[in-house]
Amino acid sequence: MVTSPQLAPDDQPVVPRLALSLRGVVKAFGGLRAVDGLDLEVRAGSCLGLLGPNGAGKSTTMKLLTAQAIADEGEIEVLGLPIPGSSKQARAQMGVVPQQDNLDIELTVRQNLGVFARLYRVPRDERPAAVQRALELAQLTGRADTKVDALSGGMRRRLLIARALVHRPRLVLLDEPTVGLDPQVRQELWALIDALRNEGVTILMSTHYIEEAERLADDVAVMHSGRVIARGTPADLVAEHVGSRVLEVYGPPPRLREVEQIALAAGLPTRRTGPAVAVLRAQGVADDVADQLPEAIARPANLEDVFVLLTGEKVE
Amino acid sequence: MSAPTLRRIEPSAVGAVVFREVTLYRRFWRSTTFSSVVEPTIYLLAFGFGFGSLVAQVAGYDYIDFVGTGIVATAVLFSSAFPGMFATFVKRTFQKTYDAVLASPVDTEELVTAEALWIGLRSGIYGVVPLLVAIGFGLDATPGMLLVPFIGILTGFGFAAFGILVSAIVPTIDSFGYVISAVLTPLFLVAGTFFPIDGLPDWAGTLALLNPLYHCVELVRAAAFGLSLSDLGHVAALVVFAAAMWLLAVRRMRTRLVL
Repeated sequence: MVTSPQLAPDDQPVVPRLALSLRGVVKAFGGLRAVDGLDLEVRAGSCLGLLGPNGAGKSTTMKLLTAQAIADEGEIEVLGLPIPGSSKQARAQMGVVPQQDNLDIELTVRQNLGVFARLYRVPRDERPAAVQRALELAQLTGRADTKVDALSGGMRRRLLIARALVHRPRLVLLDEPTVGLDPQVRQELWALIDALRNEGVTILMSTHYIEEAERLADDVAVMHSGRVIARGTPADLVAEHVGSRVLEVYGPPPRLREVEQIALAAGLPTRRTGPAVAVLRAQGVADDVADQLPEAIARPANLEDVFVLLTGEKVE
Repeated sequence: MSAPTLRRIEPSAVGAVVFREVTLYRRFWRSTTFSSVVEPTIYLLAFGFGFGSLVAQVAGYDYIDFVGTGIVATAVLFSSAFPGMFATFVKRTFQKTYDAVLASPVDTEELVTAEALWIGLRSGIYGVVPLLVAIGFGLDATPGMLLVPFIGILTGFGFAAFGILVSAIVPTIDSFGYVISAVLTPLFLVAGTFFPIDGLPDWAGTLALLNPLYHCVELVRAAAFGLSLSDLGHVAALVVFAAAMWLLAVRRMRTRLVL
């Protein structure tokens, strides 16, 4: 599927200034095409949530953008610079938050930031202020001289994000920024990411937490098998693919199969949600159908319905 | 931030990676220094006293003079090839440090240069320690010995790059055992450190000429006891070795780090 054109809020088509653009990108590892004809554009100043199940190609896409993987086919531009040709210039203006924590655990918080201020060529006289600002962003001012291996998981993740911001990048890549964290910690990080967004930094965030994309992303791209299969605002994707209302029926397996038959007959898509069946596009459903589902609970449709409908119910 | 023009190997990129190493070294210098200094010193004392009581003179030198200068190369080898292999392997595979570095405006050739340069500098300094110990045991200090750290740095850079190359070839950290037994041990024994290579069969003597450590040993002795123009050949051998190892290490690391 082709990505939808970018529209301004008043539906006037605009020529967007793109922070990222990938056209027909292919990256194979042996016989596996991890990225397989990927087209993706991200408007400068926006936050794109890259959603997809494990193995959809999200992390490989991130690696392609920093030239830590080289595409077999296609064209990539980051901040207007061709990748991998001008990758170093692009990386100088980019911050990367990896999925796997690679902080120097034997160094203090301040030393970690100091090393990255140098790697990112922050001029010598600006380094102390840059490190201080990153400490404040990470809310680790009081822990500046603590060794990283003495920090909690949440603190480490905040530091990992702040480390990528020490040079005030124009574009930030976040690869699964909150994976494996407590809900409280996750919400702290969301506040941090939201603050970045408000500063006008372009964000590309891969995640498989639907709620994260729903809360933070202006736009969502759903990836599956190495390409984008749906693109839009979370609200538009929900409206387009699963309607506004969902009827959820809990029951024993035979009843669930019955419900699926009823929905099929009525031409409504369904999905299994663990012990229940969700009947999608159930707004304005005919009375006779509703009568056959007396135990159904109505709820608003959400992005998770879209995600599961589009990427399949089976985990690969 | 304006995009500065970025050259292929930028001193600021190399400097940033070295800065990281120096920051870490300030935490680990005790253990690193201990192992790099104590082992060659033990060899020096064991051979100096043990062998020295059997032979008074070797190749025209007092034995303490012979082994006290030769052992510099051993110290340089130990303190460059080992960190090149182990520390680099750990940073690449376990700590994922290099993934973080390459996501910043630093390329593989800058990363490898920085790592080899820092290890080389360090091992050049460590190489002087057994020389100082030997001086304590009767080796005469000469002005030419001031060149020894530079010979050590050049040799150390080459063996650090060799270690980095090996770290990017081996599948697991256990595989280093093969390299240590089959490559490093013969290199360090057949370098003219403990006994002169002219006593070896011809074929072994010829092979020793291909051993960079032999050229390091000869150069250190020459610096201590009198240089001649022909020693430029040893310098050339070490430069070629260092350049070749650097080139191979960069290539091999790139295939490991860039998918």
